[in-house]
Amino acid sequence: MRKLMKLFLVLALLSFSVAGLAADQQELTGAGATFPYPLYSKMFDVYSKEYGVKVNYQAIGSGGGIRQLINKTVDFGGSDAIVGEEEAKSAGAQVLHIPTCAGAVVVTYNLLGSPDIRLTPELIADVFLGKIKKWDDPRIAAANPGIKLAALPITVVHRSDGSGTTNIFSDYLSKVSKEWKEKVGAGTALNWPVGLGAKGNPGVAGLVKQTPGSFGYVELIYALQNKMPYALLRNRSGNFVRPTLGSTSTAMNVTLPPDMKVSLTDTDAPDGYPIAGLTWILVYKEQAYQGRSEAKARELVRLLKWMTHEGQKYCEPMQYAPLSKKATERAEALIGSITYNGKGIMK
Amino acid sequence: MSVSGRMETGAGMISRTAGTGKSLSRDAAMVYSGAVRGSRNLVSEAAFRRLLRLVGVAVLLLLVAILASLFVASMPAIARNGFAFLTGTVWDPVAARFGSLPFLVGTLMTSFLALLISLVFSLAVSIFLGEYFRRGIASSLMKTVVELLAGIPSVIYGFWALFFLVPAVRFVETKTGIIPYGVGILAAALVLSIMIIPYSASLAREVIGLVPADLKEAAFSLGATRFEVIRKVVLPYARSGLVAGVLLSLGRALGETMAVTMVIGNSNMLPKDIFGPANTMASIIANEFSEATGAVYMASLIEIALVLFIVTAVINIIGKIVIMKMSVET
Repeated sequence: MRKLMKLFLVLALLSFSVAGLAADQQELTGAGATFPYPLYSKMFDVYSKEYGVKVNYQAIGSGGGIRQLINKTVDFGGSDAIVGEEEAKSAGAQVLHIPTCAGAVVVTYNLLGSPDIRLTPELIADVFLGKIKKWDDPRIAAANPGIKLAALPITVVHRSDGSGTTNIFSDYLSKVSKEWKEKVGAGTALNWPVGLGAKGNPGVAGLVKQTPGSFGYVELIYALQNKMPYALLRNRSGNFVRPTLGSTSTAMNVTLPPDMKVSLTDTDAPDGYPIAGLTWILVYKEQAYQGRSEAKARELVRLLKWMTHEGQKYCEPMQYAPLSKKATERAEALIGSITYNGKGIMK
Repeated sequence: MSVSGRMETGAGMISRTAGTGKSLSRDAAMVYSGAVRGSRNLVSEAAFRRLLRLVGVAVLLLLVAILASLFVASMPAIARNGFAFLTGTVWDPVAARFGSLPFLVGTLMTSFLALLISLVFSLAVSIFLGEYFRRGIASSLMKTVVELLAGIPSVIYGFWALFFLVPAVRFVETKTGIIPYGVGILAAALVLSIMIIPYSASLAREVIGLVPADLKEAAFSLGATRFEVIRKVVLPYARSGLVAGVLLSLGRALGETMAVTMVIGNSNMLPKDIFGPANTMASIIANEFSEATGAVYMASLIEIALVLFIVTAVINIIGKIVIMKMSVET
C-alpha cells in the first residue's frame, strides 16, 4: 500500500516536471474549427521541425475557438465562420480574419448505380424544405435528361451537431432561396423543416449509405476520401460544376474585400463551385494584451506568414483547396497590419 | 486487503467492515493489535473520522456547486425564455427561439421504453443467476459477460447500433408498412436497453441471492413449485432491491448521450410515435454545445442541462420513496 503511494507520488511529480520542461520551449496555442484540423496538424508538425516552435491546436469547433480567443486563453482561434457582431463586441478589440484554405460542401445521395446527378439551387432548397418528396419529381427529371430516377421517397439527412459545414450549406441556401432565408435561415445549427439528423460527417455518410433514396450533405474532403457520389451544381453563371479542389479554389475569384470577411457561396466565378467557403485563423490585431511578450507576437506572425505561403503546398495533397493568388496577397496584407504596441511586426 | 494498512483505521471501523464472516479470526487479531497500540490508535481514529466527514461534505458541496453553477450560467436564458422554455416545441437557434419540450419528451420516451425492454432481460438473467445457477463455470461466465456489457464504451454501442441495429429496425419497419427511417426512438431505446441491463441485473442478482433459504424451504415444504417460490417468495422479498436496480439503470438511461445521439435521428420536433426520429436532452447538448454562438443560445443549452439535472433528481427521489414504502411493508 505504502509502496504504491510512493510510486504514485513519483509518477505525479514526474509528469509535472515533464510539463515544466515543455513550457520552456517556444510554444503557440490555438483552438477552433475541426474542418482544417488534419491540414493544420500536418502544417504545425512540419513547422515545429523547421523552426523549433511547437504549435498546439485543439479542434474544439469554430464556436469554441471564437470563445477561447475572446477569453484570451489561446494565441489564435480557428473558425469556418466570420465572427458575429455580438462576439466581436465582447472581444473588445479588433480581430483579424486570416484565410488559410478553402473547403466545399457537396450534396450526396444514395441511388442505385450512383449516377452523376445535376441539381439547380432551387431543387436543393425545395428538397431541404420538404417540398420535393420523391426522386421521380418532374423538376428533378428536367434537370437530368437521360437519367431515369425511380419513384423513391427522398429521405433528407442533415448534420445534428452544430457545424461549420451546416453554416456554409445554409448560407448558400439562404442566398439562393428566399423562402429558405425566411423560414430557416443560416447558422451552425438550424430548425430543420424535414429530415433526419446525424452526428458529424461520418454519421451523415453512414446514414446516407444505408438509406436508399437519401439526400444529404458532407464536406468535399469526406466525400472524396470515402468515394461517395456527389451532385454537379448549377452556379450563378448557369454552368453545372463538379465539386473539386480546383473549382473550390476558383470560387475565390470574386472581389475579395481587404478584411477577407467574405462568403464564397453562390460565387460569381463562372467555373467556381457554389457551396465553398474559406476557413480562417483569428488573431487580435494588437498583440500587446494581457502581458504577452513581443517575442511571442513575432512567433505568431512568422507562423501565419508561413501558413499562407510555404505551408500552402500541403493543402492539395491533403485535399484542401489552397488560397488563390489574390487571397494570398490579401492575407499577407492582413498579417502585415498586426501590431505590437502600435508598431508593425512583420518585416 | 493489506493488513498493515487496515490496522490504523481503528477497531470500530474494522468490526463494522467485517461482515464477510470468513475473516473473523483475522479481524479479531486486528482488533487486539489495535488495542495494544493504545493512544496512537485513538488519535488516528479521530483523524480518520475527520477525513471521512470532510470527504462526505465535499461530495455534498460538489453537488450543490454543480447545481448552483448550472443555475447561474443559465440565468440569461431563464430571464429571456421564461416558462415558455419548458412548454415551447420550437428549437430554432437562428431565430433565437428556444423551447425544450421535444427533448424532455424524447428523453423520457427513450428511457422508459428502454427500461421496459431491459426489465424483461435483466429480471430473467438475475433469476437465472441468483436462483437457478448460483455457482459453476457457466454461471460465472454469464456473470462476467453481463458485467462486461457495462464496460463497453457507449460510442461503440452507438456505432454498432448505427450499422447493425438500425438496418434491422428498418427491415422490420419496411415489412410492417411503417415509414422506414430505421433511426428513431425505437432504435435508441433498443440500444439503451442493452446498455442498462448490467446495472439492474447485477443488483437484482445480489438481492435475489440474499433471500433467506429458510423462507424458500418453508415454501417448498408446503408444496410450492419452483416457479411459485420465485413468484410468491423470492420476488416479493427482493422487491425493494429490484426497484433500486431499476432506478440505477434509469439514471444511466436518462443521461446516456453518445449511443443515443447516433441512432435517434436527431429531429427537434415533438415525437409523434416511437418509430419516428426525436432528440434527447443529453444529445442536443452534446450536438450543439461546441458550436453554440451567442450568449442566450449557450445559456439555453445550459438550461437544458439544469432541467435534466432536476428531472434525474426528481425521478431518483420518487424511486427512493417507493423503496422506503416497500421496505416498511415487508
